[in-house]
Amino acid sequence: MEQLENFRQEVKSWLDENCPASMRNGADPAIPTDEVWGGRKAQYKNPESKIWLDRMGQKGWTMPTVAKEYGGGGLSKEEVKILNEEMWMIGAKGPLLSFGIWMLAPVLLEYGTEEQKKEHLPKIIKGEIRWCQGYSEPGSGSDLASLATKAEDIGEHFLVNGQKVWTSYADKADWIFALVRTGPKEPKHDGISFLLIDMETQGVSTKPITLISGKSPFCETFFDDVKVTKANLIGELNAGWTIAKALLQHEREFISKFGLASAMGSGGKDIVSLAKKHLGEENGKISNGFYRSEITAHKIKEHAFGLTLKRAGDEGGKASPTASMFKLYGTEHNKMRHELMVAVTGINGVAWDGDEFDDDEKNLTKSWLRTKGNSLEGGTSEVQLNVISKRVLGLPS
Amino acid sequence: MKLILNEEQQFLKDTAKSFATEKTPVNHFRSLRDSNDHLLWDKEIWQEMVNLGWSGILIPEEFGGSNFGVAGISSIMQECGKTLTPSPLFATAVLGAFAITQFGSQAQKEELLPKIVSGEITTALAIDESSHHNPAKTEFSATSKDNDYVLSGKKIFVVDGSSADILIVLARTSGNSGEETGLTLFIVESDADGVDTIKLSMADSRNYANIIFNDVTVSSERILGSPESGGETVESILDIGRIAMSAEMLGNAEAAFELTLDYLKQRKQFGVLIGTFQALQHRAAEMFCELELTKSSVIAAMHGADENSNELQRLASLAKTISGETLHLVSNEAIQMHGGIGVTDEYDVGFYLKRARVAEQIFGSSKFHSERYANLTGF
Ligand SMILES: Cc1cc2nc3c(=O)[nH]c(=O)nc-3n(C[C@H](O)[C@H](O)[C@H](O)COP(=O)(O)OP(=O)(O)OC[C@H]3O[C@@H](n4cnc5c(N)ncnc54)[C@H](O)[C@@H]3O)c2cc1C
Repeated sequence: MEQLENFRQEVKSWLDENCPASMRNGADPAIPTDEVWGGRKAQYKNPESKIWLDRMGQKGWTMPTVAKEYGGGGLSKEEVKILNEEMWMIGAKGPLLSFGIWMLAPVLLEYGTEEQKKEHLPKIIKGEIRWCQGYSEPGSGSDLASLATKAEDIGEHFLVNGQKVWTSYADKADWIFALVRTGPKEPKHDGISFLLIDMETQGVSTKPITLISGKSPFCETFFDDVKVTKANLIGELNAGWTIAKALLQHEREFISKFGLASAMGSGGKDIVSLAKKHLGEENGKISNGFYRSEITAHKIKEHAFGLTLKRAGDEGGKASPTASMFKLYGTEHNKMRHELMVAVTGINGVAWDGDEFDDDEKNLTKSWLRTKGNSLEGGTSEVQLNVISKRVLGLPS
Repeated sequence: MKLILNEEQQFLKDTAKSFATEKTPVNHFRSLRDSNDHLLWDKEIWQEMVNLGWSGILIPEEFGGSNFGVAGISSIMQECGKTLTPSPLFATAVLGAFAITQFGSQAQKEELLPKIVSGEITTALAIDESSHHNPAKTEFSATSKDNDYVLSGKKIFVVDGSSADILIVLARTSGNSGEETGLTLFIVESDADGVDTIKLSMADSRNYANIIFNDVTVSSERILGSPESGGETVESILDIGRIAMSAEMLGNAEAAFELTLDYLKQRKQFGVLIGTFQALQHRAAEMFCELELTKSSVIAAMHGADENSNELQRLASLAKTISGETLHLVSNEAIQMHGGIGVTDEYDVGFYLKRARVAEQIFGSSKFHSERYANLTGF
């Protein structure tokens, strides 16, 4: 107990000295904010974003539970809780958004060799290298295991040829974790390997995709005779599918948090206040009874969903097939939330451009459209239902 | 608040699970229903529950109880719900025990609590007066006369009302129907002069009664809690009841779902198991999600009750709404996925549907609680 109390004091004073003013409560609103993803190509509108990232990365506190030898914070669960509480107290911003942290690091810890962990984890944790995910291909979406991008054995190296699609931030990322076919004759699940590729290698190129919501961070990624050292193979040759699935569970867990209004992607607006603003308010109640009951039903589900995420944590939840439930429910709920926000905002909820509408309204339209991808990316809702029925409920194939 | 059971609560749940599967499988309910027994619960089974200490779970140790709390009794309710076990647990061990422990005078506690613990008496809570739960609309009157009150009016849909020894009755002592003030709770012996009990026959074949009070004289010493504050008192008793009932409904839904999954894994059509059909798989997976949300809501509400959370009312309404909706869905889907045998009396799955619809009405439907949740949250 006393040790933890000492730790709390340490954290407090460290944060006090090291968390820049613009990264905490009371920041000057005139200072521009950055979405910090790190990496070699990162640019910062506010130099303090970079300072904050470097300091937290140096401490290993972007992945506080990972061992110090891999660049992590080496903290216990209790200590992490204290760190989070103290950061919350001063309203400290999270220093880094990262596919590396959310998806790759957990599987490196589980499947990587000692050298691979020592090579890649510190750079993920410090935000030096930004990662993207090379799973989907034009012909292989839900049926991911049918993927065709091939990696031929040419001695010390693999020679990679093929195309990935939907690669989020491929144009901004430094490295890609990719699924490649190394066993063309094996049954489809048994011929896949998990390979790490530097995006600067000759033969890698990207092309952006425009979505219904407008410009997007998604790209097509092409591999033309790309040489990749065998040291970058994670796990055994042709055993990549197990790793791919493990990573997907981490991804799904992460995406599922979008279901909560407190998470990102809502334009920060609450449906209830939007409804009161646009539909009117009588005795503190949303005046339109039809919308009021729809919103209530939605909010009740949201409350129960939030409690379910909390319960999974309290049960000591590791990533498991039930991550599919969170992914499914979270994304469907998020879509519904945006549908309701658009509906209560009325005509202004479908604004696109120009000065007649305010930024919140135009952003709402875009984020509403963007949510339609939530139930596709990371495996569609139908695929999640398949996973639940087979792997959780044990229904026959 | 951690949304898991502690060791003690888990132990109670495990005990209840073995009890329900061994002593009161669904056939126990079936035979009571078919026996035309007027209690519709079994005295010996109840005595065994009492011997396990279940009647005293909400009662302090000084009166012979164990004080294991709402999470303890709700976990037992959930397990009993799985096998549709009928017993006075809800009306006596939850409602009566909580009401008297929480609001009774020292004399009332000393007199009644040990008898609840020992199984000597059972209790019932008489609230409703019309087809929809709405305590504020109480018209049932209690008029003061010397040191007594005279009760008159009709209470309906009283759970265990046809067997309870002690009735806790909500009456209007002032004001008008629709007002939450002016209400008072009374403790009345069911064999008092002027109490007329009419046994009800409901779809779920459980024990309910309508009770008519023809100028029943009750001493002011039998007021439960303080006079005129019955509105608040009764909401707090009802919330505990709603949470425990939600736990039972969760148990109902879990069992109906389990029964259905088993069937999907065993029934063949077109030469394959029907569980291979994606149309059914996806609906099963959707039910799984709803059940998970229900578990979380129920456990949050029961811990909220034990920790006296200031969110208690919202959590109770959340739990009753979600468990009602989930049980509604699952009980319907269970029938459909069973095909024709689902609508036969011989097969158990129909019992869950009938129980579901009655339980949904107890102390407020999902719609009632959605409205309450919205009002409490400021929507
Ligand atoms: C915004 C966005 C971001 C993405 N980001 C990435 C990324 O960073 N990296 C990456 O690798 N991929 C990414 N993806 C790709 C994503 O994983 C795929 O889009 C997804 O797996 C679906 O594949 P598909 O688009 O080929 O659709 P299809 O698989 O062709 O599906 C079409 C329809 O058929 C249904 N369907 C398919 N199979 C079944 C089945 N067995 N049972 C029932 N229904 C079925 C689907 O549910 C869907 O409704 C992203 C996608 C989007 C939209």
